[in-house]
Amino acid sequence: MTLALFAQYVMNGAMLGMMYALVAVGFTLFFGVLDVIQFSHGDVLAAGAFLALGTWVALTKLGVVSPVLLLAAVVVVSALGTALLGAVFARTLVLPLKGAPQLNVLLVTLMMGTVLREAIRLFYPGGSQPQLFPALLPTTAYGVGGFHLRLDNAILLMAGALLIAATHFFITRTRIGLAIRAVAQDEETARTMGIDFRRIVLVTFGIGSALAAVAGVMDGLYYNEIFFGMGLLLGVIGFAAAIIGGLGNLYGAILGGFLFAALQTIGAVALPFASAYKDVFAFAVVIAIMAARPTGLIGERASERV
Amino acid sequence: MITARIARVALATSFVCAAAQAKDTVRIAFVGPLTGGNSAIGLGGRNSADLAVRLRNADAKSKYQYELVVLDDECKPDAGVQVATKAASDRGIAAGVTHYCSVVAMATVDTYHRFGLPTIVWGAVLPDITYKNDYKEIHRVNGTMINQNDTNAKFITERGYKKFAILHDTTDYGKGHDKYFTEFVKKYGGEVVADLGVGADQQDFTAELTQIQAAKPQVLYFGGLTPIGVRIRAQMDKLGLNAQFDGTSGIVSDDFIRGLGPLAEGVLAFREGGPAEKLPGGQFFLEKYKAQNYPNPPEAYGPFAYAAAVLLMDTIEKTGPDRKKIIAELAKVKGRDSIVGTITFDDHGQNTVPAITKYVVQDGKWVLWEESEYASGKRKLAGK
Repeated sequence: MTLALFAQYVMNGAMLGMMYALVAVGFTLFFGVLDVIQFSHGDVLAAGAFLALGTWVALTKLGVVSPVLLLAAVVVVSALGTALLGAVFARTLVLPLKGAPQLNVLLVTLMMGTVLREAIRLFYPGGSQPQLFPALLPTTAYGVGGFHLRLDNAILLMAGALLIAATHFFITRTRIGLAIRAVAQDEETARTMGIDFRRIVLVTFGIGSALAAVAGVMDGLYYNEIFFGMGLLLGVIGFAAAIIGGLGNLYGAILGGFLFAALQTIGAVALPFASAYKDVFAFAVVIAIMAARPTGLIGERASERV
Repeated sequence: MITARIARVALATSFVCAAAQAKDTVRIAFVGPLTGGNSAIGLGGRNSADLAVRLRNADAKSKYQYELVVLDDECKPDAGVQVATKAASDRGIAAGVTHYCSVVAMATVDTYHRFGLPTIVWGAVLPDITYKNDYKEIHRVNGTMINQNDTNAKFITERGYKKFAILHDTTDYGKGHDKYFTEFVKKYGGEVVADLGVGADQQDFTAELTQIQAAKPQVLYFGGLTPIGVRIRAQMDKLGLNAQFDGTSGIVSDDFIRGLGPLAEGVLAFREGGPAEKLPGGQFFLEKYKAQNYPNPPEAYGPFAYAAAVLLMDTIEKTGPDRKKIIAELAKVKGRDSIVGTITFDDHGQNTVPAITKYVVQDGKWVLWEESEYASGKRKLAGK
């Protein structure tokens, strides 16, 4: 394998890994503050992507042509709208079930995911067909040997990295972030210190969902196509990534996301059988990792949650 | 007095009934993918079958009033078996125009056989559908992928291409294309430098395409259907893979072009049967189709669905809505003219159509190769 070819594989894998990591960070945040698994997270991502597409359609109908303006509007509307959706989920479905068995929350979010997915299919015009997602980024390409880099992919990758860094900064360096970490560590004590628990939960769900929306928009921009069921596999992969990294740990989620993408790429490239089995391979390795390190690669220590 | 009036009313009523029942209603099923990624073809097929029924009902000479029962197989085997069972177990349905997707058609043959429902496949191309079993119920008006890949391999090697990469989905459909194309392309002197199977609903193909790029093929042959065909062609562009895209009948749909825009330009594909506009009655079909103002075009396989429905109704006119008699009558079909060319069923109910049509995308349309600017040399295929 030449270096250029290797670089190409790394680039492909990094793109996938970035999307998985963004989804996994959401899972880890929710689990951190509330000990719940939000199983509709993947479908929240799909909702974000469709919200973005809807915004684009509406704006182009209104005559907006500037790609920069369109892109900014699409990302902002999608992220804010989806954050609101996530907060509403938390307020109406997750918080009222606090104290109920965890299985109930799991089931409720799982069903909510189906409701959301079917709602997109039924109510978005032509929602049962894959929808074309506009290319809003410059498509200039640079080629070195066998390595082919497109400007839009590079921008997406950079934006993803910045977003993860910003989330990290927000969690570790701001007052709300401090409050989130306090709640994650010990809810009772945090409450007695005057932290508004409800508000923190809503903010966390908002942030996690907004990250998923951005992942959805990235997915759309990268593949130029979205469909109502896109969140299904992404949700499962994001969840698996959060688990192998160590659920509740931010770095773990990121590591897990990229690791899963690497496994898929290896599964497609290095294994002798059909590349259709790459997901089988990747998930099999995940099972092996879970057997070897039940608490994830970066094991959760109570003091380092979120 | 009163009895006389009642008698009169009764008489009048029976007259009304008699008028309404002048023709018995015969129900025919249409099954195809009406939702999901292949729905454009399914809707085109449904409209075409519907057109055949409407035209027949408008004909005063026909013995029966026909009703089309439309069912959605979603291009998924499980959904397909469900609706096939629904249609086949309903004794009020005389026959069926069934399936575009090979995996579904393959999954449902047993059901039709068990319930004895005569069916004519209108789009699926896997040879096994007609040839694997000796089911008298199953017929097919379109050809199989064997002829299609023979023509494809011969054509593409004659253009001077030598090195081929194959990407196919891992359903029976994709594997069939892989098998026959590999066989024929080697026969015509081509070399297969990479051959990869992918999932039928996979999203990301960058790893596979990078691998293919390393093998430096001149042509990428794709054995699969429109949805992932669109993704693969789009991702080839992202990776700067400039091989000629060579597809099968599975991508001959307007959705393929809609999904890709300018990237579809120069893509090749092959389909059994002659082009509708060139065949006897084809122009008539296209005009009538237009007159009905259906919201979607007939697509590549609409004419086959139309021809299958017409053939069924012709048969029912002779035999009546008796499933066994219909099957016996269909077995005798030889040299029958239709809008997709002559139909002759062999002992497996397979139409032995010799013609394969070659297509190339030019300016956002599937154009017959012979009429394209690629054939005249004005435009060039990739790498030429």
